[in-house]
Amino acid sequence: MQTLESHHTAATAVLDTVLPAGEPWMHTVRKGQIFRIVDLEGNQAVDTLFYKASDLTERYSATHTIQAQCALYLTVGTQLMSSEGRAMLTIVADTCGRHDTLGGACSCESNTVRYALEKRHMHSCRDNFMLAIARYAEAHPSPPVFGKRDVVSNINFFMNVPVTPEGQLTFEDGISAPGKYVEMRAEMDVIVLVSNCPQLNNPCNAYNPTPVRFLVWDGV
Amino acid sequence: MQTSFDTITPLARAAVPDHSTVYAPALVLWTDTVPGGTAWSGVVRRGNTLRFTDTHGAANVSLMLYNAEEKTERYNMPDTLKAQHTAYLTAGHVCYSDMGRVLCSISGDTCGWHDTVCGTSNAAGVQAKYGQARYQAHRNAMFRNGQDSFLVELEKWGMDKRDVVANLNLFSKVTSDSSGALHFDAAHRAPGQWVDLRFEMNTLVVLSTTPHPLDPNPIYDPKDVALTVWRSGTAGADDACRLHCPENGRGLINTERYYL
Repeated sequence: MQTLESHHTAATAVLDTVLPAGEPWMHTVRKGQIFRIVDLEGNQAVDTLFYKASDLTERYSATHTIQAQCALYLTVGTQLMSSEGRAMLTIVADTCGRHDTLGGACSCESNTVRYALEKRHMHSCRDNFMLAIARYAEAHPSPPVFGKRDVVSNINFFMNVPVTPEGQLTFEDGISAPGKYVEMRAEMDVIVLVSNCPQLNNPCNAYNPTPVRFLVWDGV
Repeated sequence: MQTSFDTITPLARAAVPDHSTVYAPALVLWTDTVPGGTAWSGVVRRGNTLRFTDTHGAANVSLMLYNAEEKTERYNMPDTLKAQHTAYLTAGHVCYSDMGRVLCSISGDTCGWHDTVCGTSNAAGVQAKYGQARYQAHRNAMFRNGQDSFLVELEKWGMDKRDVVANLNLFSKVTSDSSGALHFDAAHRAPGQWVDLRFEMNTLVVLSTTPHPLDPNPIYDPKDVALTVWRSGTAGADDACRLHCPENGRGLINTERYYL
């Protein structure tokens, strides 16, 4: 598994913010800017989608990303591809080594399937996404741009979901650790939509969702 | 106490047949052939099974599924994979919607592996791989691609590119090694292989029979797929998909509640 450190330091960042567990976050990253996510306490799932800022109907596509690199996992060198087949961001540094794009986001509804019908009330990533896009729509009333159908299969930064040669999908103990980070260069202006995962039923995060940190640097 | 099939109410239990129905020729409702490279969409009702047959042993069916009555509810690749701890689909598996319900269950399959992760082709990819063959010169043998085929069919139902999701690829086997690198197993297909999708919900089916994006064949040579719709009823109490894992049992309870 490949890792690569970054030369960027927090002192020169133009944005440096911490997002507690269980909350959504939206931010525009401009073409050429560097966007870093830090797993502050280790094995936190950062459920992430990207949208082209000038046309939100063009969005991150897990299948385009997998197809373009003919490989399942995201790591240094991976181009995060859009639904129109264009590179949205490129992973330029990664001290974790592997990130998932098959596991998707937790939702109330999938929690009823995976754990118990009685767990429907528990907070979930999709509820974060729904609230974030509803708030965005309030702030951008015309034309309507965001709906549930725009919330597609996402990236889970810092999650390890290996697929065996026999096709088994396994949720392994995390390979991330406190302070591990992943860094991307934006190839177009993108809106980042994050849910810092509140899942309490999954051993991947030791049943303990934790904060993450976002940093942005201007390109050189 | 957690809800399970053993604890549902008598009226809810009465809506589930005791046994699943096996195929018999007398149960067939209609048949059709989708020529290689073309597209199809239509509604298949709850309780009917759509059988796909790879007549020549080299077909691919890029497939998306939507609740016909509430089309924002649709097939969800991650929820399907993580509920069943699998990266591919075969008999015993089900296809989940984003609402925790089972759009269809795979009640039979002689192929053994259907791809879930590779998506479909687009215009640029098809031209780069196969060259160009436009209608003026090639008529209905023109080269088509999966993305545009999806758009054509979706528009007929008032939908558009925002409704394109991570699709299935029936009959295509793609494995991954320990590094995640993908390999298309062209030798896995065989003439006459079939797979049964038993619909547990009224479902809009959208499909394209264009080649799989990772198919190594350098020649554009999409193959026909035969459709057979037969009256199967829904998953019985003893059904292999229901009993495959506790997740599927709960998913089918969610689905049955929707129709009570």
